[in-house]
Amino acid sequence: MIDLLILLVSWALMIVGCVFVVSGAVALVRMPDLYTRLHGASLTDTGGTLVIGLALIIQALFVFDNSMAAVKMGLILLFTLFTSPTASHALAKTALLCGQVPLDAKGNPLLDGPEQASLLARSRPADYRHGQDKERIAQQIQALDNRGGDES
Amino acid sequence: MFVAATIALLITMALTLWRALVGPTQFDRLLAVNSFGTKTVLLIAVYGFLTGRPDFLDIALVYALINFLGTIAVLKFFEQDDLGSGQYQEDDY
Repeated sequence: MIDLLILLVSWALMIVGCVFVVSGAVALVRMPDLYTRLHGASLTDTGGTLVIGLALIIQALFVFDNSMAAVKMGLILLFTLFTSPTASHALAKTALLCGQVPLDAKGNPLLDGPEQASLLARSRPADYRHGQDKERIAQQIQALDNRGGDES
Repeated sequence: MFVAATIALLITMALTLWRALVGPTQFDRLLAVNSFGTKTVLLIAVYGFLTGRPDFLDIALVYALINFLGTIAVLKFFEQDDLGSGQYQEDDY
């Protein structure tokens, strides 16, 4: 009885995970815009990995009777849970910083241009992000200006 | 069950690879490659269970870590055109 229940639960988790993963791939192919594709792919990445990993942990514990495999699978899940959203966030922020403008449902750009997208990604002050104070930034700008003057 | 999961993962990887080849911008390609790496981790794990030897999980563990590091490194290259620089460029200030 309990064996059947375990098998049923792990089957169900595996099927749900496969549906997640395949729908993520369909979103990656069919979505019209970089950011919508990013949304579909990143959510199903994390969710699908989580669900399939849980199914595999149940299988390793109760069917294969291999607790080391279950621990390794748990570690993979833990790393994926941290790294996959981080990578997606970094990708979205870098795309915005490099001037990728998001589009609305009709395909019109939501921002005025690549410069505004880049400014939006840099909404924090520069000294906060780089751990530098304003005087040092001013000195560096001055140095760059001097160098430009010498060359011309 | 494992056969069905393997086939689903292979279909997913084929679609992802198509986006990586076609993708209009470099970020589409990188997103597809990142997604492909995650699916590779899952495929290695599921295939290990399919053949009855879950020892492949070590490889999947290492692949999960390297995939993240590679994505972040390529993103830094896209942003700064230079992997070694610790400084931001002039127009950042």
